Amino acid sequence: MSITTSDSEDALASVVVVDYGLGNLRSVTRGLERAGANVEITDDPDAFADADGVVLPGVGAFREGIENADHVRQDLLEVAESGTPLFGICLGMQMLLTTSEEGDNEGESAVQGLDLISGTNVRFAEGQKVPHMGWNQLSVEREHPLVEGIDGEYAYFVHSYYAVPDDGAAAVTTTDYEREFASIVANEDGTVFGTQFHPEKSGETGLQILRNFVEICANA
Amino acid sequence: MVLTKRIIPCIDVDLDDDGNPAVYTGVHFEDLKYTGDPVEMAKAYNESGADEFVFLDITASAEGRETMLDVVRDVADEVFIPLTVGGGIRTTDDIKETLRAGADKVSITTGALERPELVNQGARAFGSQCIVISVDARRRYDEGGEHYVEIDGESCWFECTKKGGREGTGIDVLEWAAEAESRGAGELFVNSIDKDGTKDGYDLPLTSAVCDVVDTPVIASSGCGSPEDMYDVFTEANADAGLAASIFHFDEYSIEETKEYLDERGVPVRL
Repeated sequence: MSITTSDSEDALASVVVVDYGLGNLRSVTRGLERAGANVEITDDPDAFADADGVVLPGVGAFREGIENADHVRQDLLEVAESGTPLFGICLGMQMLLTTSEEGDNEGESAVQGLDLISGTNVRFAEGQKVPHMGWNQLSVEREHPLVEGIDGEYAYFVHSYYAVPDDGAAAVTTTDYEREFASIVANEDGTVFGTQFHPEKSGETGLQILRNFVEICANA
Repeated sequence: MVLTKRIIPCIDVDLDDDGNPAVYTGVHFEDLKYTGDPVEMAKAYNESGADEFVFLDITASAEGRETMLDVVRDVADEVFIPLTVGGGIRTTDDIKETLRAGADKVSITTGALERPELVNQGARAFGSQCIVISVDARRRYDEGGEHYVEIDGESCWFECTKKGGREGTGIDVLEWAAEAESRGAGELFVNSIDKDGTKDGYDLPLTSAVCDVVDTPVIASSGCGSPEDMYDVFTEANADAGLAASIFHFDEYSIEETKEYLDERGVPVRL
């Protein structure tokens, strides 16, 4: 199945939003369009290869996400291998990591993430209000084109688990929710990255991040 | 850095005499006044610094519902902040349709009171983060309640009502709030029939009592007449979010000045 939602000649880049059967893709699609992208919502691997950038969205549980995306797993790894920008949002970001503590994810039945950024997703501590839901601040830890023009702005979060990359340098921004956690992560080459928050729900700050992403795609 | 308190404008949408969607603002859940076009208002609030946006369908008719989903789509296309949609949601299919139309969360009142399993089903299928349980509370000064609070020397309890306060249920709001949370509600939306449209402040005893019995975020609603009312509900009742309609719709206060007022007094807000 493939739906092209916009076909503007002025588009700066063509972006694929991976449709693996999860949730509402409308907001992220509109956000990307507003940021100047031509968007195709699809799970067709041929489209991934042709796109200037690929977005892996997602809400819900790690196990369901990984299982639902299993049929495009190899293709997503190839996107990363080819250097095409791969952008995970929320659960999509968590799926870029090696594994997660969510949902009895141990032993033989454990599901593995894409392992494009090595690390684990862990749950917020007992006694904290979970999910971490609402607007919280981004502190930029290092340079990355995704955070061009961003520092200290607020973004909208909804999550119960957070990424702990093995290499602390993978954290592009951190956010404080009784502990500091990585709210944007990126691999060493900078071509695989993700936001724990929802840029498509984060007002002007989110749109700036989506514009930065489209720019990255256009220059890739 | 902490999670900020959220300021949320809310529109009540009905069909006008020509069948076109229009925003109305009510007093005591009655006396509706035409306020504007839903999509235009959503657009304006998206630009104004609102932290979320709530859209309530008050048509409560099958034909109205189809039209409303179209309006939700149009609103969702303009709003790059979280969008909650409520009104007439009774089944998991209703939840699914509403989320597909672009809502990030659904707000459920009567549908959940009449069939509490809907909360579990919705949370399981779509995640707790998108299931908001809304209560329309009314103060009762009789002996039918479970939990009593003192208000101005009188002992009262809070009853869940249906149909915008027109029908009582005998269910204690505090019992229901705790049950809804245990069934998987991700947020509680607390309206007060006594305060709605009065603009003399939120029902602080009600909001505070609900905040005490649940851990999920509580959105206070009904009665906001000024930034000071927002301040009170955040600091005295510990609400996570404050919802308001008329003070923003009729430009009595802007969202920006409300946030500045709160910021100056040490309430964390997104500026």
